[in-house]
Amino acid sequence: MILKKDKSLKQKTPPQRGFFLPQKDLLGLKTLTREQILHILDRAKVFKESLKTGKKGDDLKGKRVINLFFEPSTRTRTSFEIAEKNLSAEILNIAPSASSLTKGESLKDMIENLGAMHPDLLVVRHAASGASPLIASYTQASVINGGDGSHEHPTQGLVDLFTVQENLGRIAGVNLLIVGDIAYSRVARSNIYGFTKMGAKVTVIGPATLLPPGLEKLGVKVSTQFHKHIPGADVIMLLRIQKERQQTLNFPSLAEYTRFFGLTRDLLPLIKKGTLIMHPGPINRGVEIDPEIADSKSADGPQTVILEQVANGVAVRMAVLSLWGNKK
Amino acid sequence: MKLLIQNGRLIDPATKKDGVTDLLISNGKIQKIGGKIRAQEAEQVINAKGFVVSPGFIDLHTHLREPGHEYKETIRTGTEAAAAGGFTTVVCMANTEPVNDNDVITEYILKKAKEEGRVNVLPVGAISRGLKGESLADIGQMAVAGIVGVSDDGSAVMNSALMRKGMQYARGFGLLVISHAEDESLSGTSSINEGLVATELGLPGSPDAAEEIMVARDIALAELTGARLHITHMTTRGSLELVTAARKRGVAVTCDVAPHHFSLTDEAVRGYNTLAKMRPPLRSEQNVKALKEGFQKNLIQAIATDHAPHASFEKEVEFHLATNGLVGLETAFSLSLKLVEEKLVSLPELIHLLSTGPAGILGLQKKGTLKVGADADIVIFDPKASVTVDVNRFHSRSKNSPFHGWRLRGKIQKTIVAGKVVYEA
Repeated sequence: MILKKDKSLKQKTPPQRGFFLPQKDLLGLKTLTREQILHILDRAKVFKESLKTGKKGDDLKGKRVINLFFEPSTRTRTSFEIAEKNLSAEILNIAPSASSLTKGESLKDMIENLGAMHPDLLVVRHAASGASPLIASYTQASVINGGDGSHEHPTQGLVDLFTVQENLGRIAGVNLLIVGDIAYSRVARSNIYGFTKMGAKVTVIGPATLLPPGLEKLGVKVSTQFHKHIPGADVIMLLRIQKERQQTLNFPSLAEYTRFFGLTRDLLPLIKKGTLIMHPGPINRGVEIDPEIADSKSADGPQTVILEQVANGVAVRMAVLSLWGNKK
Repeated sequence: MKLLIQNGRLIDPATKKDGVTDLLISNGKIQKIGGKIRAQEAEQVINAKGFVVSPGFIDLHTHLREPGHEYKETIRTGTEAAAAGGFTTVVCMANTEPVNDNDVITEYILKKAKEEGRVNVLPVGAISRGLKGESLADIGQMAVAGIVGVSDDGSAVMNSALMRKGMQYARGFGLLVISHAEDESLSGTSSINEGLVATELGLPGSPDAAEEIMVARDIALAELTGARLHITHMTTRGSLELVTAARKRGVAVTCDVAPHHFSLTDEAVRGYNTLAKMRPPLRSEQNVKALKEGFQKNLIQAIATDHAPHASFEKEVEFHLATNGLVGLETAFSLSLKLVEEKLVSLPELIHLLSTGPAGILGLQKKGTLKVGADADIVIFDPKASVTVDVNRFHSRSKNSPFHGWRLRGKIQKTIVAGKVVYEA
């Protein structure tokens, strides 16, 4: 039944403008329906094809997009900017230092002031969990959450769904391992919501200190034994370890982390052929993943698709921006 | 000045009275209680037919914000809110600015309360100077000035040695020690319960154990020092078990629970609702159930509001930056009345939790009862009338309540302090 659904997915239904999006904003994958996710992925596929021809779209012609990055980010920001340019948007980049906004009323004030200039879209990156929904509540513009604290990073989740779909031809039934700092990862949350919704079997793995309570209720398996789950995995998604978090006593040392939760070379024999290795970046080579595996392109081992994820980012973000930018 | 209250259902848990009878007040004291009292005996007559007449409520835990944060609340507005909520006495916490850690501030609060307060104000002094947890505040001088207890409420006294000395010292002045029980090394900066909701929101949570460890410690210190200990805004099953076990073996420890902690769970925080952000945090369904059972089994000695007013701009921010707490004085009674509707406690038992219970904890002889000679601090309410919570009609200067729009029962008709009507619906 699941396979049947996936086949029907492949019958190209041409994406249409005005597709019904009940939400004003894209704040997370938790609130999207399966159908909405499918629609976004379909649309991203079309954009990916069009990118190959080098043709630009005009979906956002005359639309004002503000990129509001309170937290530094190279890849997400660049990815959004390129996607916006590819759609002929009018772009404004603002990078207020988060530290200058020590008083929260300034955030509200700032958003209301920006709102007075009638932007169509706000792409927001912020260090605080919940900042994107907060901003969304103070503006008429559609807010695209570009990552807020440890809450959600929906476009990264969509990129990962797209990448798995493209490489494995399906998402339903896929065995996905999400490995590392689940407690503080917005990527983990978006992927848990996205992949479980699409029918994948998700196992989250990490040191017990980085596995917050209640995860099972999100429909995932929880484990502290990475090696045990590797043989059955179709996708291994490694999360970045934020080295500064070590100070919060979550694990004894990077070396110990790597020994139990890193994708090291001695685990290679356990990985079945064709298993996708993913990482949202930036990678700490030698911590979450062995440098050779990270850069591997070998056809007879696991498939590292980290750079594909980055490439797909533009197409997926074009899909999101064109949908929300033209939402009535 | 004589005031006669006629035809009301008089409920006084202290004297176990419950029946329709008249009550005569003279010179701020209760002069006479009895079947029918002739109207000619009084200058003012209140017909309380169909209403309940009970001792005025006593809130063990209020933040009046004056001095220092008058934009949130003042002694005037806070006591107006108290009167509107049926409270005739409020115990105000020490985390003002400057902190109430010396007799000058205590005297200032009492002077202001006398001039502008609508209800009785009983200040609590800090345990540690500046609430910093480093050295003892001027507890003795504040006791002389008129504090009824000591507490570093808002934060815990993390240093056990200092807490021990504070308890020993307070005991010497006959003061109650009120514990904000929270191991801050476990709770961190978190104001949300550790659990599924926190996990989904990507916020660090505070576990039940953060509270329970400190409840256990403070009970041990109360046993060591012989101090009278009160655990305020208690939220977990484990804490309740610790207090209950200690009371059984004769430790002088009491506890209160706030209405929001038995009315809401951490689900209320979804959507990063900063109105539901508080310390201790809203807990799990299981804890709420345990607290309700605690009321049913008579294991909790009081209901206290933890009335914590904040301006709207302090709540309209990123969750981690938002201030903690909610206004509670004007919703406490109606929320508590749900315990009666759910048949967990009787109406007299509820009145006990709101008046006689707190009076006993504070050691007040003349309050929390309607016996002849007691202070005429009285509330008249209609337990059946339905009310809709509307923050815009609050007397409090702040409107930070997660209960806006809730339909509840229980309407305060009149609040009387020392024989004078200070609030009328």
